[in-house]
Amino acid sequence: MEFGPHLLLATLEGAVTAAILALTAIGLSIVFGVMRVVNVAHGEFFMLGAVFAWSIASFFGSHPAVGFVAAILLAPLIVGALAAGADRLILQRIDYNPERTIVATIGLLYIIQQATLMTFGPDARPVEPPFNSVIALPWLEHTEAGWQVYWPWGLSVTSYKLFIIFAAVAVLSGIWLLMTRTRFGLIMRATQQDREMAQAFGVPVDRVFAYVFGLGAGLAAVGAVLVVPVQQAHYLMGHDPLLLSFVVVIIGGLGSLPGTVIAAVLIGLTDGIISVFFSPTLAKIIATLAVGMVLVFRPRGLMGK
Amino acid sequence: MTDIQKSYVLHIAIIAALAASFFVLPDYHVGVLARVMVLAVYAIGYNMLFGYTGLLSLGHALFFSAGMYGFALAVNHGGLPTGLALLLGALAAFLTSLIIGFLALRTKEVAFMIVTLMFAQAGYLTVLYFGAVTRGDEGFVLSTAQRTLAGIDLSGEATRFWAALILFSLCLLGTAALVKSRLGRAMIAVRENEERARMLGYDTHRLKLIAILVSGTLSGIGGAAYALLFGYVGATFATVQYSIFPLLWVLLGGAGTTIGPLIGVLFMFYLIDLSSSVTDAYMLIAGLALVLLCLFAPQGLVGEIRRRGLKWLP
Repeated sequence: MEFGPHLLLATLEGAVTAAILALTAIGLSIVFGVMRVVNVAHGEFFMLGAVFAWSIASFFGSHPAVGFVAAILLAPLIVGALAAGADRLILQRIDYNPERTIVATIGLLYIIQQATLMTFGPDARPVEPPFNSVIALPWLEHTEAGWQVYWPWGLSVTSYKLFIIFAAVAVLSGIWLLMTRTRFGLIMRATQQDREMAQAFGVPVDRVFAYVFGLGAGLAAVGAVLVVPVQQAHYLMGHDPLLLSFVVVIIGGLGSLPGTVIAAVLIGLTDGIISVFFSPTLAKIIATLAVGMVLVFRPRGLMGK
Repeated sequence: MTDIQKSYVLHIAIIAALAASFFVLPDYHVGVLARVMVLAVYAIGYNMLFGYTGLLSLGHALFFSAGMYGFALAVNHGGLPTGLALLLGALAAFLTSLIIGFLALRTKEVAFMIVTLMFAQAGYLTVLYFGAVTRGDEGFVLSTAQRTLAGIDLSGEATRFWAALILFSLCLLGTAALVKSRLGRAMIAVRENEERARMLGYDTHRLKLIAILVSGTLSGIGGAAYALLFGYVGATFATVQYSIFPLLWVLLGGAGTTIGPLIGVLFMFYLIDLSSSVTDAYMLIAGLALVLLCLFAPQGLVGEIRRRGLKWLP
């Protein structure tokens, strides 16, 4: 295969990564933006989403599509409810103090990981995709007879991977509508701007925080449910999404939702493309240093104020 | 007694208690204490930056592993004598913190956390990339000859304990003196209110750079000492995990207290050690303990003691 088809393939793989990353990171970004806390357990909520997706899908085991639909509806709700509970039980009592929140969420991370290991076990488990047909992709080639369309061997994508990308776009648009067009979004933005003033105007800040924390975790779970058909659920899978989401949120500019999405696409695509063409480790070193340098020279991130 | 005298009595008493434990405790716990004291050196280094200057770094594993690899590669591949290699390890950590200091101090708060995290991650990946030299995740073991300093074999249980105690005591007393000095006071001023410290005429950027240099070099000395005393070097020590550990230790023990780092490491070690002898689910217990501590002892163990009465604790 030549360079062009390779690049297209790498871009598509990168786009899938970017879609999942955007969902996970936007969850972290909303929590940080509104509540000003760093949730170190965010990756574990992602992992919980994947694990619940497996349990729900195997419970409704008749047809892959039934199980998957049930998982994508239920898993984020369960994870969101658990997170909201953790917020009320722990974070609210330490008054969202930044340093104590880090310790508390590290504690939460250990608890969730161990509880999953004890119930779900150490194996990686797959969820069957609802549909998974292979779509061959055409490519243009210049021959003596002019431009010709042909189907290079191996240049294909599965319908499920395309679905991941569209589903992520749909959910992200939903979040944007929620933030800009609804009363809850208005309350969230008011709390983000000035917590005390919002409280003075009768906003039940405590309850808003619990919902926001649940929403953030739920979004990570949506990303995880989408990813299990291509990646399998495992109790240690939360580590990478956490680190990457951190990076994305900061690079995008703290609390900026468009910035977060742009950064997710940038990092997802770069990761996909670089690791196809270069040694993966070297590519990661360069990418990590680049991310660090972006912040050194633009500490507010791409879209930060 | 003045407060300063009280705190010196406290430090000497702790060192004496550690020394006495060598004669009283069974072998297993003597071994544990040696490890705890070396890791406490790392935690003391971390505390200088986080506890006293108020900068939260998530990348200290870079300094720890710079010291570790600076020393271990020098004895293993360079064939340098152990003493010289130790100096080289400390130098490697110093230079690393100089570079990171210059770059990362352009940022603040969360961005500072992420920049240090990213550079440390790049450092970890670099260790993996040069796997032919560093042996990557698998790591390598140092020979007895490489662990002999001035004719003393440090791989033995007793010599290792005393070496760890000497190093720990020097670091503890050194930092206790530092935080009482003008420089230490100025660092605390930066932590409490950077804006005001600047108004008062302190060069806060320079103070923060010095804090990173002290903190990074101490952490590196901890790393080099760990390799020297326990004879094993591996990429695990450069992972994010090893950046989070000192933060946890310091927060548990009490950030901004001189003895907090030791108490934090001790607490964490025995928490996991004791709970894993009771149940396999030791992470669950560790997690619960973290959450509970954070709910009921927000300042960490020593910080809480200071808040509840012993105001003079340094």
